[in-house]
Amino acid sequence: MMRGRVAYAGAIHEATPEGGRVRLADGRVREEHEVVWLAPLEPGTIFALGLNYAEHAKELQFSKQEEPLVFLKGPGTVIGHRGTTRRPADVTFMHYECELAVVIGRTAQNVKREDAMQYVAGYTIANDYAIRDYLENYYRPNLRVKNRDGGTVLGPWFVDAADIGDVNALGLRTYVNGELKQDGNTRDFVTGIAELIEYLSSFMTLAPGDVILTGTPEGVVNVNAGDEVVCEIDGLGRLVNTIASDADYAR
Amino acid sequence: MFSVADHLLHVEGEALPRDVNAAAVHALLATCAACRAPVSGAVYGTLLNDRHALEALGEAVNAPPYKAPPRAPILYLKPRNTLAGHRARVIVPGNEGVQVGASLGIVIGRTAARVAAHEAFDYVAGYTLVADLSVPHASVYRPSVRFRARDNFCVIGPAVVARSHVANPDQLALAVNVEGRPAFHATTATSVRSVAQLLADVTDFMTLAPGDVITLGVPHGAPVVQAGERATLAIGDWAPLEIEFVAAHAAQGAQA
Repeated sequence: MMRGRVAYAGAIHEATPEGGRVRLADGRVREEHEVVWLAPLEPGTIFALGLNYAEHAKELQFSKQEEPLVFLKGPGTVIGHRGTTRRPADVTFMHYECELAVVIGRTAQNVKREDAMQYVAGYTIANDYAIRDYLENYYRPNLRVKNRDGGTVLGPWFVDAADIGDVNALGLRTYVNGELKQDGNTRDFVTGIAELIEYLSSFMTLAPGDVILTGTPEGVVNVNAGDEVVCEIDGLGRLVNTIASDADYAR
Repeated sequence: MFSVADHLLHVEGEALPRDVNAAAVHALLATCAACRAPVSGAVYGTLLNDRHALEALGEAVNAPPYKAPPRAPILYLKPRNTLAGHRARVIVPGNEGVQVGASLGIVIGRTAARVAAHEAFDYVAGYTLVADLSVPHASVYRPSVRFRARDNFCVIGPAVVARSHVANPDQLALAVNVEGRPAFHATTATSVRSVAQLLADVTDFMTLAPGDVITLGVPHGAPVVQAGERATLAIGDWAPLEIEFVAAHAAQGAQA
């Protein structure tokens, strides 16, 4: 089952796909552009993986890692499908990152990898923007790079784990203004989902609603104000975002 | 919405927090009450915001892997599994102990986006004590989250003290006692960014929500404790925050 969360006519609704349109829980069916899309869930702790695809790690010139490169993100950075993300005028390299987002469904503590997939409720698409100009070498990548307002796009749908056949064989694609720029597959994970849950739950308790952004494959390019960025993952849909300029935010 | 009129604390076992005066806080805590964290928003830690901590890094800031001194505020998340309150029991994971970082916590009262330093205090509901715990680690380049994100590794409280009670948050004394003996003292006056400047620089790129907490940062030289020890943290004359450190096997025994 696919579920979204949308604002429409003064309230927030659960929504499901209805052909190319959306059906609200109360029965109303509307066009996709008539509703405001929120992230399909209010995330608990958000984990993000750096360099979790071998080719992307090579692209950024990183060598073998001893443990997964995990960093955390706050709730304020999250926006939904069809939202806008600000590109500061002074930067030279802002890039999208299409990622499979794993949503935890059960409290998880010291979970072994053989059992780990039982703790997954489902999946959604993430577009985890980064501004490379702001990278500094302290607690890298720091929040000015990775936790900006509007910098983490989630959606459109939360998809039950049971509806996804082999989560380790999903194609991921990013299109910028309709042109394919990023084309990867979750079979190329450096650390797989089950291993990530084993790793994280070995030193902290995971809770329902926690979200793991599993990293992005190679193929990141700079985006500019006005660009439309579409992230697509097999079985999960298409997540649309538009880059906005400082002027839009009265800067 | 988040607001505090006097002192906000959440006694363990009670449904809702209480908002009471300082005398009532002391009376409640004298009954050995444990507390929950008095806040439930996002908690952001600030790193290297103490001049002494930067001085201790010395020339290393210009050498690899750092290559340059920090420019923007350095922040990290203390995720929800880390939040705990007064008299928390914290598991010491290994032989290297746990570093007890005492910091002023700034509690946000209004949605704070692109706040100017001169109006920053309008967005502050109050202040609290944050025990920002970590497994000691030397490198601040790309440390593992397992050093700071363990369960109960962010002990907050006992209370949120209303802003009106704090004349100058940039002139507060911090102290940590371990087993009743003074182990550490510092002041918020040595911060690189003041409370107002930190809020201005952070809210330029990320909005803080009511009930969120951002630490002013742990001063240099935070003490390390071992299992079996108790730490007491204090800011000025506020009610102190107590933490009990236990070994992993002791914690399992207590649960069984």
